[in-house]
Amino acid sequence: MKAVITVVGRDRVGIIALVSTECQKYGVNIVDISQTVMREYFTMIMLAEIDRLEKDGKTVAFSDFAEEMANVGKEHGLDIRVMHEDIVNTMHRI
Amino acid sequence: MLNTQDILETIRMIREENLDIRTVTMGISLLDCVSDDEERLNRKIYDKITKTAERLVPVAESLEKTYGIPIVNKRVSVTPVYAVGAGLSPEGFVRIAGTLERAADTLGINFIGGFSALVQKGETVGAHNLIEAIPEALSSTERVCSSVNVASTKAGINMDAVEKMGRIIKETAYRTRERDSIGCAKLVVFANMPEDNPFMAGAVHGFGEPDSVINVGVSGPGVVAAAIREAGHCDFSALSDTVKKIAFKITRVGQLIAAEASRALSVPYGIVDLSLAPTPAQGDSVAEILENMGLARTGTHGTTAALALLNDAVKKGGVMASSHVGGLSGAFIPVSEDRGMIEAVEAGVLSLEKLEAMTAVCSVGLDMFAVPGDTTAETLSGIIADEIAIGVINTKTTAVRVIPVYGKGVGEQVSFGGLLGRAPIMPVRGESCADFIHRGGRIPAPIHSLKN
Repeated sequence: MKAVITVVGRDRVGIIALVSTECQKYGVNIVDISQTVMREYFTMIMLAEIDRLEKDGKTVAFSDFAEEMANVGKEHGLDIRVMHEDIVNTMHRI
Repeated sequence: MLNTQDILETIRMIREENLDIRTVTMGISLLDCVSDDEERLNRKIYDKITKTAERLVPVAESLEKTYGIPIVNKRVSVTPVYAVGAGLSPEGFVRIAGTLERAADTLGINFIGGFSALVQKGETVGAHNLIEAIPEALSSTERVCSSVNVASTKAGINMDAVEKMGRIIKETAYRTRERDSIGCAKLVVFANMPEDNPFMAGAVHGFGEPDSVINVGVSGPGVVAAAIREAGHCDFSALSDTVKKIAFKITRVGQLIAAEASRALSVPYGIVDLSLAPTPAQGDSVAEILENMGLARTGTHGTTAALALLNDAVKKGGVMASSHVGGLSGAFIPVSEDRGMIEAVEAGVLSLEKLEAMTAVCSVGLDMFAVPGDTTAETLSGIIADEIAIGVINTKTTAVRVIPVYGKGVGEQVSFGGLLGRAPIMPVRGESCADFIHRGGRIPAPIHSLKN
């Protein structure tokens, strides 16, 4: 499956590094990155390929990964959201 | 391939425009719990609900995180209890309400619906005793919701039940007087009650439903309001198309969550309810949608037409997005739960009469509005009769959820907090309708009910 990771916040050095390091810990492969500005906020969109999520040798549920990423975002003043790609597909495709 | 604009739109709808899933409601049949031993009946009800819905809250929470969309409420509706406990005394029904409350506590859900009776043509003994038990049941529980269907297009209006519900509402208001008569916020009087509605306080699990089922209520007034604002000054055809497109997207999310919840819980998927349900939060208001269409304030002339357009376009957009649509499916206009509606009442623009007219073109009815505590039971029955007549004649669901706030009058307000919001007390007519209400009997079904 694919996941959409969005990061909204003030632009600063190290955002991509922060998110990709975090993804690496779970074995998440980032396949695409784009960035834009949404209503004066820096917005980064990452597309990630997720086959299985593992951290420190243990399997992690997708919902826990999403929650953990949101928490990492909060610590750094960023709004990080991880969504299953299906929400975007369902909403915008017939 | 995913498109950046689509992703951004989804994020904006959730982040800034309060898009959420309003409720995932599991309907559970209690018909197999029936027993002539009251203790056994209570135990079976508790076990059935807590076992069937055991994973409802964890599954919904996991879906929230997986799809990044809030699921505001997780709820349960059950078979109308008057039929499950048909032989019980009023005190017995109060004990059933206590059992439902305990089950809701165990599951961690915020409301459980189905303390209900259908009496459109007349009362059974069970219905009579359940209705008598409503004031005590609602004052001794927090999460139990009650509803009574007093009319249908097929059966006409049971005016004896309408008369009785005026008294029951008054009594419930008195019993919960320490908390601004909040008991009445959990009591709905219906015409043409749907059997698969996921929204409280009127949710029940109807007799034609499977043993258990997942129904989902979507939301998103903020998303619709933003889309209309962005569309700018366009004509009515374009306005309607704007609403249809956005309603499609909102409903697709509901469909996705319904399908996934059903799969994860191994419970059949019932329906998606297309209602636009407001909350007291800023930017989550149906009134704001109407005002974005060009009304200076909801309640002014043009309001009914604007609401009619909105309601119809939401259905047209939503129906293609979901494999099964049901429940109430229309814009909700509860006063206390919608910031724009509250402001319109406070500004003196939105009257009870206009509110009633609005209910003729949308779901559901006169909802969550407060009237003075000294309003007579007959006047409450008159308000109910008027609203129910609109539903019966127009072959639609209508309902009344009125709060006669004990000890308060016009110019004051009540605050329930949370999703229930706050309500300024609206004036009612002082002239009596008692002689009309006390005639007794039934108003016959309208001629167009004879369709066969």
